[in-house]
Amino acid sequence: MQLRKKHTAYFWALAALLVFAILLNISLGSVSIPVSDVVSSLAGQGASKETWNFIITEYRVPKAITAILTGSALAVSGLLMQTLFRNPLAGPFVLGLSSGASLGVAILILGAGAFGGLLGSVLLSQWSLVIASAFGSFLVLLAVLAVTFKIKDTMAILIIGLMFGSVTAAVVSVLSYFSNAEKLQQYIFWSFGSLGNQSWSGVTIMTLCCLLGFLLAFSSGKSLNALLLGENYAKSMGVRIKRTTILIILATSILAGGITAFVGPIAFVGLAVPHITRQYFKSSNHFTLLPAVMLSGAILMLLCDSVAQLPTSEYTLPINAITSLLGAPVVIWLLVRKRKLLF
Amino acid sequence: MMAEATHTVLNATDLSVGYFSKKKPLVVAKEINFNLKEGALIGLVGANGVGKSTLLRSLVGMQPILSGSIEINGKQLASLTSLQLATQLSVVLTEAPASKNLTVRELVTLGRQPYTNWMGSLTDSDAKQIAYALQITDTEKLAHKKCFELSDGQLQRASIARALAQDTPLILLDEPTTHLDLYHRAYILKLLKQLTAETGKTILFSTHEIDLAIQLSDTMIVMTETSIVCDQPCKLIAAGNFDALFPKDTIGFDKKTGRFSIKK
Repeated sequence: MQLRKKHTAYFWALAALLVFAILLNISLGSVSIPVSDVVSSLAGQGASKETWNFIITEYRVPKAITAILTGSALAVSGLLMQTLFRNPLAGPFVLGLSSGASLGVAILILGAGAFGGLLGSVLLSQWSLVIASAFGSFLVLLAVLAVTFKIKDTMAILIIGLMFGSVTAAVVSVLSYFSNAEKLQQYIFWSFGSLGNQSWSGVTIMTLCCLLGFLLAFSSGKSLNALLLGENYAKSMGVRIKRTTILIILATSILAGGITAFVGPIAFVGLAVPHITRQYFKSSNHFTLLPAVMLSGAILMLLCDSVAQLPTSEYTLPINAITSLLGAPVVIWLLVRKRKLLF
Repeated sequence: MMAEATHTVLNATDLSVGYFSKKKPLVVAKEINFNLKEGALIGLVGANGVGKSTLLRSLVGMQPILSGSIEINGKQLASLTSLQLATQLSVVLTEAPASKNLTVRELVTLGRQPYTNWMGSLTDSDAKQIAYALQITDTEKLAHKKCFELSDGQLQRASIARALAQDTPLILLDEPTTHLDLYHRAYILKLLKQLTAETGKTILFSTHEIDLAIQLSDTMIVMTETSIVCDQPCKLIAAGNFDALFPKDTIGFDKKTGRFSIKK
């Protein structure tokens, strides 16, 4: 009971931190907007400058929402994968989803040369990147599901995901060998990840993907708790393993695949956030951990994005680099302090 | 011993267990017949490789049987859904919980899963059952400890508490005494004996501690390559079933003391 009180306190603290991170994130950027103006603009009363209003509603708010969705969706998929594979090193992309997405985008960008200049440039609008990426993830998802239906051993799915990664890396190398510097740069920029430049329609689709994914994750919460004991024990307690596995894989694919399609592969958040969250929540119950990692992931992503914007400068650092730069030391610190990385 | 033993909890008839390989079934053990009575402690013994684990896995529905039938409280095992089975039979496996981060209380609470709603919320009766399981296995003081902090003996007690929380008429344990010192081996088996007496549950355990099992079990199932016999330990001793367990030139069985000894 005492633990429950502590959890409630943590949730309030996280919620407060989230509000703070949102305001900070919206106020910082190439143009700094005072927090008071951000608040009045969000409240619908408008900021003191018309340009600020425009920047906030058309650029910064979609970006902040994207950051929140990205952080929470990747953190949830990381948690799901760590429990499903009972492996503390699993993350949202162990199924090979980001590899599939990368392959789709690589073929589109690097292979576009083959379609000729004009057609190539038409193909490279933002939506075509989203579609290529989603298509790539979807193909990998189908392959993984087919394997899941056939193979009993959950660990085999993990290896298959790794194999997809290798194949993708190989195909991308071959494609890059034959493409020019400009295309290569474009592909590399995509792989850096980007939270900005999302249209409101893109944000809406991402939100729907996330809601569906979160719903699937929460509905599997009880089975996820049972899986903490291992598959055999879970089965002996009435969990239908195959159905649960498929639900969890679907949830992860919708979350991680959907996010990757829009913002590119974002490293580390999915792996690190569940571990960080477990450290202070000290609970293994997924009904506590799921909302907790959602909040923590969103906060981490907002803060990373605020740093990546390099406040007051015109440059934006690759978000993928920032998440790793901030995330890796945290995980190393946790390991050194606890000497164990348990899930 | 079990003069007024009445109700049969588990019944195996002409059972054969094994694996389905590509072309034909691979039989590990066949012609298995036994009745397990309510409130009995049953020891399952046999040399390595005779199929104890295969039999146990088949009894708990983790692998399909080749032929014959298994009935639990009068119902065919195969006809039960996994949730129905989970209210009839609980298990303690040789594998430790996959997540070592669970506290003992969380571990034991998971045992209530077959009865709780989709969120796993606990009712008063769930809480009572958990408290009882912790108390009788003497794990109350360990309740807030995480699994990686426990000794093998403590972890085994916590695992048994989880099975108890599942509150099933039948509990099956796969080699609950491995990795334990003599004191804890005796402690665990005595605990099982006490549980059958206090709760009326039927408990089947496989073990290599044949001496201890002979002293404590109500019934024993002795598996050898050629036969599978189920009877009271004293009758099994009289019939010479234990002599056939191991090659006679290495291990001998003393009928008077009920112990094995190495032949020098």
